[in-house]
Amino acid sequence: MANFLQQVVSGLASGGIYGSLALAIVLINRATGVLNFAQGEMATLSAFICWTLLDHGWSFWPAFGVTILLSFVGGAALQQAVIRPIQGGPLLGVVILTIGLLIAINGLDTWIWGGAARQFHGPFSTAPIHVGGVAFSKQDIGVIAMAAVTVVLVGLLFNRTKLGLGLRAAAANPDEARLAGVPVPGMLAVGWGLAAALGAVAGVLAAPSLFLEPNMMQTVLLYAFAAAVLGGMDSALGAVVGGLLLGVTLNLVGTYVHWVGGELRLAVALALILTVLLVRPSGLFGRPTVRRV
Amino acid sequence: MRARSTAFALGVLALVVLPFVLSDFRTVQLASVGASFIAILGLDILTGHSGQISLGHGAFMAVGAYTTAILVADHGVQDVWTIAAAAAVAGGIGLLAGIPALRLQGFYLALATFGVAVVLPTIIKKFDHFTGGSTGISFFGSPHQTGHGVGVTILGRHLTNNQWLYVLTWAIGVAMFVLAWWLLDSRFGRSLRAVRDSELAAASAGVNGAAHKVAAFGISAVYAGVAGSLLAINTAYVSPLSFPIQMSLYLVVGAVVGFFGSIWGAALGALLIQFLPDIVGLIPHVDTKQAGPTTFAFGAVLVALMLLLPIVLRGYARLR
Repeated sequence: MANFLQQVVSGLASGGIYGSLALAIVLINRATGVLNFAQGEMATLSAFICWTLLDHGWSFWPAFGVTILLSFVGGAALQQAVIRPIQGGPLLGVVILTIGLLIAINGLDTWIWGGAARQFHGPFSTAPIHVGGVAFSKQDIGVIAMAAVTVVLVGLLFNRTKLGLGLRAAAANPDEARLAGVPVPGMLAVGWGLAAALGAVAGVLAAPSLFLEPNMMQTVLLYAFAAAVLGGMDSALGAVVGGLLLGVTLNLVGTYVHWVGGELRLAVALALILTVLLVRPSGLFGRPTVRRV
Repeated sequence: MRARSTAFALGVLALVVLPFVLSDFRTVQLASVGASFIAILGLDILTGHSGQISLGHGAFMAVGAYTTAILVADHGVQDVWTIAAAAAVAGGIGLLAGIPALRLQGFYLALATFGVAVVLPTIIKKFDHFTGGSTGISFFGSPHQTGHGVGVTILGRHLTNNQWLYVLTWAIGVAMFVLAWWLLDSRFGRSLRAVRDSELAAASAGVNGAAHKVAAFGISAVYAGVAGSLLAINTAYVSPLSFPIQMSLYLVVGAVVGFFGSIWGAALGALLIQFLPDIVGLIPHVDTKQAGPTTFAFGAVLVALMLLLPIVLRGYARLR
């Protein structure tokens, strides 16, 4: 029983990381209608920036704040520079472009910081605390709390603010939104900026436990996609709940199904993606899309 | 048509002349260009002509490569005969993969195939009694390796091992190019493009969209399987590291460089995949001993092409 609880707790902690990257993916998808394959690499780049600031003697919270700010600006600039020219074109053109960004950012990270894994000291201690036979760390609690806080903030932003309404309008129907006075290009840039900032949170949360290196988020990206798909691709709450569910499921399957063990965790995530897409494409929280023929 | 035939004749002529003027090292590099060429042809058929994207084509290459390695190393089959087996196994799996792919469109097919590429190495490691796990399978110097890694005598002419690999790869490459050319010019190719442009319109003209899409997946996988098999023969070795996610993504770069969907550009894309590292090395003050700059260049080329070249833009406008 203690082992079971242990797996659930550590599953929630890794699920929080998947959920926060999934949140960034869902946000771009909702605000701009694009599936961003470069989201993981953007998060890694943000984590490297934060690491560099810490390395220069900054204390954590100011470094984190500046990283988020820089990521927001970077994400918006990226949208303006490379996504805007082909936004509204065929979807697969955009997919291939984000694949290009994935490769380019990964190369840039390796170029600047090298391929070796680095320790990243986060704001929360990773020293284990034991409660009733279950070990967890402040880092684990911090990850889950941050994921919860960001999902609430994103929810408020989208549903309670004028900016959120504009973002949704620009994505749902750019032409009519423009007629209603929504600055559509600006909204799309803000969408990318926000997603990059959320990605930065995910990257900085992940770095202390995964060690920082250029490929750090490559597998996390697949887990985040799985979480987003499970949550329904357009639901912020769904992304985080999907992430937590996925983290716990992977841990339990890995522990109790011996054939799967630790090695097939990625394969389980892929199987989950395929099953959800084939059986219930709208996921747990998404709205089914109805297409008029 | 006349211009195409001339281009084809010139291309074949160049392929015949090149091994006489190039060093042994360049020759074997061109052999691996041949393997990428075949894989990109397959991707062109699938994505360019049937409108289905695959970010995981390295998986079909891995199926082909492992089929060859297992047959040569464990079952004593001569390496050149395993190419047909690799084609058949990869093609079969491709047909099976094509069925669920019918239900996944656009983003979701990209996502699912991307997932396959990410997961692939872990699956290969899991079935280690079959695939040799992380160590992989080597059949260098095996009695069933043609030329035993030393050289081959064909029609009284001695070829070094690298020349033999070049001849083998490009003989098959040219044959598969002709096959793709014929296939895409045929009724089948026209139906495929009709389905890509509008499944509904194609259906009302009596074209079975689902069957054509699944067939395209199968054919494309045959190409990838052959390419993988040739890569395995080239190095006489396969391991999970032979098929990282980058391989699948670089194939997409190659296909885009080759004006997506035009099999005539595939050679260009294949050359880029092989020689971009050398090109980046020519830039002063860039250290190519580490992978960073080259990887960055691959990504930057892809982004730049998607943005700049109107001809590519026209090419990808077909990818709906």
